[in-house]
Parts: sequence; C-alpha cells; structure tokens
Amino acid sequence: MTKDTKNPPIDRVDGRMKVTGGANYFADFELPNMAYCVIVGSEIARGTITSLDTKKAQGAPGVLGVFTHQNRPPIPGWDATVGGPADGPPPKPKTEETYRILSSPKILFDGQPIAIVVADTYERATYAASLVKATYAKQAARTDLSKHVAEGIAPGGSGDYSRGKADAHQTAPVTLEAQYTIPIEVHNPMELHGILAHWTGPDTLMIYAKTQGVNATQNAMAQAFKLDPKNIHVHTEFMGGGFGMGLRTWPQETAVVAIARKIGRPLKLVMNRSQMFTLVGHRPYTVQTIRMGADQTGKLVSISHAATAETARYEDFTEATVNMTKFMYACPNVSTRYRIVRLDRSVPIWMRGPGEATGAFALESAMDEMAHKLNLDPIEFRLRNYTETDPEHNRPYSSKHLKEAYQKGAEAIGWSNRKPQPGSLREGNWLIGYGMSTGVFNAFRWEASARALLKADGSLTLQSAVTDIGPGTGTALTMIAHNVLGVPVERIKVEYGDTSLPKAPSQGGSAIVSAVGSAVFDACTAIKQALIELAVKDGGSLAGRQADELTLADGILSADKEPGKKVTVSELMQANNLTVIDRTKESKAGPDHQKYSVYSFSVHFVQVRVNPMTGVVRVAKAVSVADSGRIISPKTAASQMIGGVAGGIGMALTEEAVIDHRFGRFVNNNFADYHVAVHADVPAIETIMIDKPDPIINPMGAKGMGEIALIGFAGAVANAVFNATGQRVRHLPITPDKVMQKLV
Amino acid sequence: MAQNEHPGDALETPDASRRNFLKQSSALAALALAPPVAVKAIDTGWDQKIATAFDPLPLQVTINGTMQNLSIEPRVTLLDLLREQLHLTGTKKGCDHGQCGACTVHVDGQRVNACLTLAMTTEGSTVTTIEGLAQDNQLHPMQEAFIKHDGFQCGYCTPGQIMSAVACIREGHASSPEEVREYMSGNLCRCGAYANIVEAIMDVKQGGKKV
Repeated sequence: MTKDTKNPPIDRVDGRMKVTGGANYFADFELPNMAYCVIVGSEIARGTITSLDTKKAQGAPGVLGVFTHQNRPPIPGWDATVGGPADGPPPKPKTEETYRILSSPKILFDGQPIAIVVADTYERATYAASLVKATYAKQAARTDLSKHVAEGIAPGGSGDYSRGKADAHQTAPVTLEAQYTIPIEVHNPMELHGILAHWTGPDTLMIYAKTQGVNATQNAMAQAFKLDPKNIHVHTEFMGGGFGMGLRTWPQETAVVAIARKIGRPLKLVMNRSQMFTLVGHRPYTVQTIRMGADQTGKLVSISHAATAETARYEDFTEATVNMTKFMYACPNVSTRYRIVRLDRSVPIWMRGPGEATGAFALESAMDEMAHKLNLDPIEFRLRNYTETDPEHNRPYSSKHLKEAYQKGAEAIGWSNRKPQPGSLREGNWLIGYGMSTGVFNAFRWEASARALLKADGSLTLQSAVTDIGPGTGTALTMIAHNVLGVPVERIKVEYGDTSLPKAPSQGGSAIVSAVGSAVFDACTAIKQALIELAVKDGGSLAGRQADELTLADGILSADKEPGKKVTVSELMQANNLTVIDRTKESKAGPDHQKYSVYSFSVHFVQVRVNPMTGVVRVAKAVSVADSGRIISPKTAASQMIGGVAGGIGMALTEEAVIDHRFGRFVNNNFADYHVAVHADVPAIETIMIDKPDPIINPMGAKGMGEIALIGFAGAVANAVFNATGQRVRHLPITPDKVMQKLV
Repeated sequence: MAQNEHPGDALETPDASRRNFLKQSSALAALALAPPVAVKAIDTGWDQKIATAFDPLPLQVTINGTMQNLSIEPRVTLLDLLREQLHLTGTKKGCDHGQCGACTVHVDGQRVNACLTLAMTTEGSTVTTIEGLAQDNQLHPMQEAFIKHDGFQCGYCTPGQIMSAVACIREGHASSPEEVREYMSGNLCRCGAYANIVEAIMDVKQGGKKV
C-alpha cells in the first residue's frame, strides 16, 4: 500500500489494555517500600511566609518527613540559577522574580507549594498535611489581566509583524473593530498529575512520569541533578491525557525526586484536582483586538491583530496567538502585535491548539462579523479572500484543499438551510443558527528515531521512546509498518514510552505521526530492502529480479510477473541463518520542506439551538472537516476530531476558571464548578477527512490532526449563536447570562 | 491478593488497651473541645496514640468474586483500598470528590463512585471493578463495543465509563442516545470520546446480549 491509497480503519492496538484496566499509568505502578507525598499550598497570592509550623505534622503517625523552604534537599542544577524556568534560558527582559520550589519564603502565586509532607500511607500523608500551618506577610496581588492590559511588555523572540501599510484600515470602505476575550482555561486531563520516583542507586534514577515526552523528562532531571541522562530511566507507556500540560517537567516533580533521594524510599505524588489548576499550567487569559477593513467587493484591505496575555512574574510564557492572521487570507496590509503581562499567577503552558485556538476565535469571529457587514455568506467571504500561496512567507503551501473542505462541510451540515438574516429560524421555542469557522496549524516534521525488528516467524516489533497520550500513536505506527512490510496488523507489536527505546520528540504540536511515523517508515523500508537483497542475490530464490518487480505482502515476497514465483519471509531468513532483521533509523525533514509552507487545515460547522427564554445554547449538530494529508489511521483520527469538538464545545460554552481577585484564588477549581463538556453537551458528530496525501511533508503524506480538531471550533459556535439570535458574544464562554444580557 | 499491609505499623507502639480506653471514653471528642489539652497531648507524643484510634478494623468484602478478609483504617475510601492496598489499579482517581466518575465500580450491582465510598461501608457487599468484568478472558460485550466504536482515547476514564455504561443498561436507562447522554453525564471524558461511547452503549443495548 502506498500513500496514493486510502487506509482501512483498524481498532486501536492498545484497546484491550484500556478496556480491561490493564493499562498502567504512572500512579498504577507499585514499588517496594513506597511512601506518599502530599503538597501543601500557600493561602495567599503574594507575600512572604512569616512562620511555618510543621511540628504537629512531623509528629503525626507514619510521617517520614516534612519539607519546606527551610529543609528542601538540594537540586544542584537549579539552586544556583536565577530568573525564568530552571531548565530554560532566562527571559528577556529579565524577570523580577525567581521561582525554585521550596527555596524561599516568598510567595509568587496562590497555591504555591509551601511544604511537601511524606508519610507511609496516602491517608497519613493527607492528614499530616492538614496540620501544617503558615502565617504570612501579605502583599496586594495583581491577578486580573483585564485591569492591566495596557501594561503588556514585548517578550523576547516574538517581534511585531507587519506587511503593507500600517494605517490601511482607516481608509477601507467597510471597517470593523472589536475586542475578543478568552478566560483562563485549564487542561484538566482526567488523570491527576504527579510522579513516582525511585532512586535505584546513589546516582541512578527510575521515574514513572506523567509526561508527554520521556526524553524531555530525562533531560530535565539530568540537568536538575547534574547526572548523565543515561543514569535516568523514564517510563510513560500510558498517559491519561495531557493536552499540553505534560510538555514540561514541573517543579514539584523535581522536588519529589530530590526528597526521594533524601528519604531513601520510592515516593509517589498524586496531586489533587484543585492543584491541577495552579501547578501544571493553563491556557492564559487573553484579550485581543482586531481591526479589519474590506472593500465593497468583499476583498480584505487590512487586518490588524493585537493580543495581550497573562503570564507569571517569574517566567514568560508566550504562544502563537496572532500567527494565523499573518497567512490565512489574501490581504495586502496586515499587522500583528503580541504582549504579555506579568501577574501574581502561576505560569501558563500550551493547551490543545495552543495560541492558535485563542487567535482563531478572534479572527474567525471577526471574519463572520465582516461578512455580515458586507451582506456576504461567510463561506463566500472566505473564498473571495482565499489564497493559494502563503502571503506571510511568499511561498506555496505544500498542499491545501480548504475549498473542498468548505464545500463538503457545508453539504453535511445543511448550510443551505441557513438564513442570512439572524434570528429568522425557529423550531418550537428554540432559535436555530448555523456557524462555521476555519482552523489551521503548522504541520511539523521533527527529528525522531525508531527501531524495527522483523523476526523469522514473521512478527514485527516497533520501538520508539515516544509516548501515546491518547491520539493513537501506536495504532498509526502499526499501520505505517503494515503498509511498508505487509506484516498483518495483529502480528505487529509497538513498544513505546520508555527512555530505553530510540529517541523521539515529545508528543505535542500534532507532530508525532509525521516525525516518529517517518522513522518507522524508514526503518521498515530498510528491512524491506534487506529482504529483497537476500532474495535477489545470486543463489537466492528470486535471483536476478529487480526490486521493483517484487511485492511484499502477508509475509510473502513474490515476483509480480511470474505467478507462483515467491518466497516467504521465514524461508528467506532461515535460508540466510537470520533470526531477526533489526534496523534503527533516524529521520528528519528534507531541504524541500523549507521551500513550502506546510499547514494542516480544518473547517468546523455547527448548528446551535438557543433558548430565548433562558439563554441556553446547545450545539445540536457538528461537522468537522480535516485537510491533514493522508489519514493513516481513519478510526483514531476521527476520534481526535470528535474530541476536538467536545473540547471546543467546552471552550465555547462552559469553560472558565474564575479567580476571586480579592484573594488571587480560584473559586471553581474542581470538576463540579469548572465545567468541561459532559455527555449531555455533545451531540453525534460527523467527521470528514479530505484524505489527500501531502507531497512534501513525509513519505506517508500525513500531516497533523490533534490541534486542528479544536482550533476554530469556538468561533464556529459564536458565529452560529449570532446567526440564531443576532447577538454577538465576544467574551468566552458563551454562558446564558451573556446571551440573555444581549437578548433582553 | 495480599492482606492489608501497613508499612506504618512498625513505627507505632501497639497499645490495645490504651486504644480501647480512648475509644470508649470519647477522649478524642474531649480533646477536640479542649485545645490546651490537645496541645499538651502533642507535646507529649499523644497524638500518635490518638491516631491509633484510627487503627485498622476488620472488613469482609467480596471483590471480583473473591472474598477478602481485610484490616483497614476506617478513613480509607473504597478507591484507595482498591488501588493502594489491593493493587486493583484499573479503577482510576480523577478528582476524589465524586465529580468525574473515573472511579465508578459496582457495589451490589449499583454503580457508585469509589472515591465517595468509605471502604468500611462495603462490609458484606459484593464489589465488581473493571478487572472483574471480563469472564475467563472473554471480554464483556461492553468492553468489545468500546474497542469496536473507539470509545476512548487516552483510556483513563474508560474503566469508569464502562462500569457506568453496563449499569446504565441494567438500570433501563439506555432506551435512546439522548437518555444515555443524560445517564452517563457523571462520567467525564476530557479526550471527548462521548459520541463514540454513546454509539458503543447503543450497540450493546440493541445487540441484546446479556450485560
């Protein structure tokens, strides 16, 4: 099978493990003599600890230690560093504060760990943690970005962008200026964060982690403890969701490792749900302003896009919020600006579809608003500004089938039923509206390596350190190997998520099928090459044939033009005294990649129902179309798309982490009050794959999927709510109060 | 399965009569009402003895068909008992507050959140976890359906979804996709596999196999 052929759907290869409880996540491992850690968090957002009473906790049953800034064991690679993250370059301009866990009485955010209690059972550690008492000298905290937007600073490395005329907007015949806000959103994977740390010798460490990259965790720990990475073994075969929060090693993980070394027992930390809001990042509160100009023919004249996001006082977090605006539409005059404000908050981190999802909400809402001003259908407006080349980099897209995606999605949702006049469709007591939006994300191909081992019995093992946080990496790698070697899917085993295996990048940026998949493709191709060489060499059973006259399928190598002329892989290997053919390949993008803009695209369509009496918005139908190259594993790819819809419904309608700014503290840091989408919020979803191979990105022609599944979706909902009601909600989430405020 | 092993026991001074005295005389309540005494107790190391009032009590419960005679602290939840002491780690902790459903198990046939269930309350009960659903290596129809419909991604909420789904059908709450969505809404899935989970449940329901 080649990239010119569509792939059949196969079941997830780790499905049985997942439905039987046999899949082991980090906290499921049991080590001899293991003890338990519980984190005590600060009760203020800014100030200094003036006293810390740990005596009662120390004396509680089963307690093995209480660690604070007064006695935290050393983390040698950190303790001399200042400013920014301990494992990264210091920010420019320099941060005024340094956060190294349990190193200072200074409090930089609410919930900052002030103690880690260790006891022999989870219950005893939890009880003892409740006995730790602190007093503070409290300072006024700034946690509300909306009050400090004007104080944004330009972070290092993300300069302002402009092309064309800066003031073109002022002279355009039709203009729009609007501000869009997204609140703090929290990744909240179902699995709680934590770590299981075991010093197997004075300088050797075994870690069961919740990480999106075992190699990344290995390197972070090596740096923190000044060890050779070879001495550190990290295992994460299964991860209960990450959505970005596992893309770095968090300070509390490193602290637990340091304490485990001191105590001399394996330690397990499982944080609680409220700590998931403060200690493992979030999508930052972001305020965006879009100014857009168009002419009467529906051509864009100008777009300017400014975004300001919150970060911590001790670290600068930045993301690509304004990037989509630079290249999405044919527009001669474009400027973007990105700023951050350092607040008394814990640091954010990329959350699914990262900055692009934030930016797409603003841009795609504005496109809808402008289409309405121009009396144009929103799809027609996008088509009039469609571009076949990337206007930011002046180079072609490697592949772009967005027009086809618009058309297929529109048919599937029933776009022809949409009325251009808002508020004009009703079913019983419900107002009906249709909306659409576009998503886009870089399709990366990072360097990765993989090993493939073909045994004489015809079975194949694939190995890579990459983690599978849920998208179905193992399944996709299986399909790629099957396509190259013809080994039946059920005879392929994938081993992953362990630093003993060939190096791979962290699972993020929708890049893994492209990166690790290419390495698997190369390793399997090398095995195929070896088999062919054995068969065609002098004395071989297919001696004298050319490689391209041979087909390898189901463990049999056969000559295309000579029916019956064939040899099994087993016979071939046995004849050559081989028990295994073992190939490891490193793989990376070729030079051609740089000549193109390589992006994945998506289009989201929704039909919403809005109750004018209550302001309740329901997503009644959703169609998501992916233009992400050749689909390797149709079943798991469709699952990613429906997952993006569920995440998008949460982002659009319910998700908002609310801070009481008097205290700088979350008031809804739990699943009862922070509303992720539940079963009842999510309708049946139609996913459509364009499924055409990208000629540039990699030998499979496959681009990324995870991010574009979410990017743009919230905009489609906002646009549909406008179509249903005539009310434009520019501040997510679109809760009933906002809808009612405008309707009343 | 190992009996409840208490690594902490070695650190304590067994003092059964003292424990009984404390229990019988409601000394705990008295201490709570008299802070100065409590402080003194701590200074003299009493709190360790007080805490031994929370020492293990016997519990007899049938888990996945095996009668377990356990000895557990009364404050231990069913979830932590399963995971940390019996090493039945298929049941997951997602919130510890009954808000996510990842820890759903069956107690006497009813779906419950194991994190909200004190283990002691299951005395004499029958508990079924995800590990007990397949019989003789033959997957339960719901497990088969989750694989067929790809009703998961990361797999973390999956044991809870499956236990809840089985109960949802047994309760008679799976007559339509809409009803399933309502009665499954206590089981969160952050990967967003909901649409596929509903398909899996409807498939099992319509397939008519015994659940």
